[in-house]
Amino acid sequence: MATAAKTLGFIPRPTAETGFVSWLTTVDHKRIGLMYGVTAFLFFLFGGLEAFVIRLQLMKPNLDVVTADTFNALFTMHATTMIFLAIMPMLAAFMNFLLPLQIGARDVAFPRLNAFSYWSYLGGGIFINTSWVLQVLNPAGRAVPDSGWFGYANLTTVNFSGGMGPDFWTIGLLLLGIGTLVSGFNFITTILNMRAPGMSLMRMPIFSWTTMVTSVLVIFSFPAITVALLMLLFDRQFEANFFNVAAGGNVVFWQHLFWTFGHPEVYILILPAMGIVSEILPTYSRKPLFGYSVMVFSTALIGFMGFTVWSHHMFAVGMGPVVNTIFGLTTMAIAIPTGVKIFNWLSTMWGGRVKFTSAMLFALGFIMCFTIGGLSGFMHALPPANTQQTDTYFIVAHIHYVLIGGSIFAIFGGIYHWFPKFFGRMLDEKLGKWNFWLMFAGFNMFAFPFHFLGLMGMPRRIYTYDTGFGWDFWNMFSTIGVWVLTAGILLFIWNFVQAMRKPAGTLSDPWDARTIEWTTASPPLPYNFKEVPVIAARDDFWYKKYPDAGHGGKAAKKQDQPHAAGAVHGGGHGIHMPGQSYMPALLALGITLLGYGLLFSNMITTIIGVTGIFAGMFGWAFEGDGGTVIEVAGGDD
Amino acid sequence: MSLETAHGHEHAEVTNTGIDNRKLGFWLFLSSETIFFACLLVGYLVYHGQNGSGPTPAELFEIPLTSISTFVLLMSSLSVVLGVFSAQQGHAKAARGWVAATALMGLVFLGFQAYEFTHFYHEGLTLSSSLFGTTFYVLTGFHGAHVAVGVIWLLSLLFHGRKGGLGQDKAGDVEIAGLYWHFVDIVWIVLFTVVYLLEAAM
Repeated sequence: MATAAKTLGFIPRPTAETGFVSWLTTVDHKRIGLMYGVTAFLFFLFGGLEAFVIRLQLMKPNLDVVTADTFNALFTMHATTMIFLAIMPMLAAFMNFLLPLQIGARDVAFPRLNAFSYWSYLGGGIFINTSWVLQVLNPAGRAVPDSGWFGYANLTTVNFSGGMGPDFWTIGLLLLGIGTLVSGFNFITTILNMRAPGMSLMRMPIFSWTTMVTSVLVIFSFPAITVALLMLLFDRQFEANFFNVAAGGNVVFWQHLFWTFGHPEVYILILPAMGIVSEILPTYSRKPLFGYSVMVFSTALIGFMGFTVWSHHMFAVGMGPVVNTIFGLTTMAIAIPTGVKIFNWLSTMWGGRVKFTSAMLFALGFIMCFTIGGLSGFMHALPPANTQQTDTYFIVAHIHYVLIGGSIFAIFGGIYHWFPKFFGRMLDEKLGKWNFWLMFAGFNMFAFPFHFLGLMGMPRRIYTYDTGFGWDFWNMFSTIGVWVLTAGILLFIWNFVQAMRKPAGTLSDPWDARTIEWTTASPPLPYNFKEVPVIAARDDFWYKKYPDAGHGGKAAKKQDQPHAAGAVHGGGHGIHMPGQSYMPALLALGITLLGYGLLFSNMITTIIGVTGIFAGMFGWAFEGDGGTVIEVAGGDD
Repeated sequence: MSLETAHGHEHAEVTNTGIDNRKLGFWLFLSSETIFFACLLVGYLVYHGQNGSGPTPAELFEIPLTSISTFVLLMSSLSVVLGVFSAQQGHAKAARGWVAATALMGLVFLGFQAYEFTHFYHEGLTLSSSLFGTTFYVLTGFHGAHVAVGVIWLLSLLFHGRKGGLGQDKAGDVEIAGLYWHFVDIVWIVLFTVVYLLEAAM
């Protein structure tokens, strides 16, 4: 390996290949993906722990495992953690690792920005959870956010939340938003600009398509919550009036801004999960994805319509029959592309030679639970029914069916499916099936009773309840379900640890899969592909393996990709790899410190933070190209 | 030639769209910024007329004065175009001059804004005095912050070209700064029209 680092800047770029510095400074999308995955899984366990305590508190009537205040903090942080610190970044882990591999690229468009996204996510996650430390040190301080995950005005005003809770929440979400937005720009640019020759958009693996649409949702929805959070920040820190009712402020305005973000956000959480399932089903059914084009258009349509339905979260605030009807109709309409997807998944399996691997079981569990969640969602679309269901456990049932039965099942399926690619090892299939059935049974035991509880009138967010409402049995049943679900997750951790103790050395294509990430080594080499692949068909790898299978194998009719022919071969010139950099981590550290400075109104921390930001940005701009050139031996095989 | 390593500075990448990665990524950033300002502007409009006991927009705004600062900002868009053009043509010194002129005009605009904010504050309009105060300062303040970031960016470009100016090798850098500058300018055209001119027309 020849080093071609030409240092223009102030600081030489690091070149460590192993150890702490290599991870701190890495710009390799695969390493960043793994860091995202591991960090997000730890936050997932922490958010799960919060849920565990919530269910203990609600197991029987009139318990006081925790106080009412702590309960408020728990459900707020449970939702915030699961949405922003667990599910989104776990999906981002898949996107980071897989996207370049699926489209035949050597990295994302902006490797350093990609690293910055991860570090600012880590900073924001630590920032928001610092509140628990303060809470433990000073229980009376109410440091933990406790106004619910959508932070409705005016619960978040200084009058009603005098502690630091909403400040932690506001600044923390602003920090997390930066990294998410940057990822959005990065992934769209990567997809539009860096596909391998012949990889037209309509030949892309479907997971890459969902990444694309999700990223579009991110870049158009996150500005709305950024503005809402900034307004809240100004209200709390600088006595502005945005949501100050006494000065004429309108609390419903917060709801509109929040849900303008919040509803696209639920598609940000589910579309990549749908993409994962749409990769798993064809592989283990040994058939192409049914209706690929329709799936792509449905994804895009869901993405677009996701911006037209936000007010269905607000049917109970009194927007009037016309507005309620319009948003009820748009919400029902969005069920059409969603339903199309469900039928396409079923049709993909129809007539296939289905192998019930762990990944496939999770994908099937996804279809079932997501359909249930979708149906209860459809029920919410009717304003009269919604008025009955809103703020009850029926809503809690819905959100858990789409987020656990939906996103989390897809994520676990994805882990089982791509584990060989991530780590070069296999998860144990027998444990995997136990893992699935425990999680599936546990989840349904815990979340399905919420439907009954909701219809029996149990309000969400109450910290305890009296006996005699008929809620006792189902609450107990639900808590037992959580224990079963927990057993399933612990079994997964056991499976993971066992797999990692074995030496790496899995085949590159253990599942006989279809898309080009399976042509790379397991785990892939730093440069992904020795030679940039030339794509001739959708499911290109499958048709290269089985030239006689169906319509595949026909060569690309025209080389519509403007790649220079000489650039296709890695050999000869060598592969130029982007240089590592300290700057992404430094910049993220600066921004996080600025957050702490603002939070504690601490001038010194603020100055250090701003200095870090400037040092990071100028170091970034002027550190020069760096990078190494890797000479690949035997580029012909 | 390097392929797909596009954190790219100097090399022109071969891309599917033919558009440089950085430029495409930056257009996406600007599209996102559009929603950011749209939401702030909606905040200003939904609270329009909520002046409390404080001064009203009609009492405060001096259209001729703000027109001058608007004109200066519009002219800075022209000078940044000339800067990009000069850099692309290889007139490195001229490019540096135009970029410096743009930064200067940005500073003049910020000076006007600082004067205006100070003046309004003395007239009794503060962030807390009324919803008009809140929304006005936050909306125009965030625009001013964007101009300030742009000025710092342009000054950084001057530092970048301190030896030998901003020639063809740096034309891409100038162009992206120019995209940002135009965006900030366009936002101001909308804000000046909606916040100031429509107020005067009513």
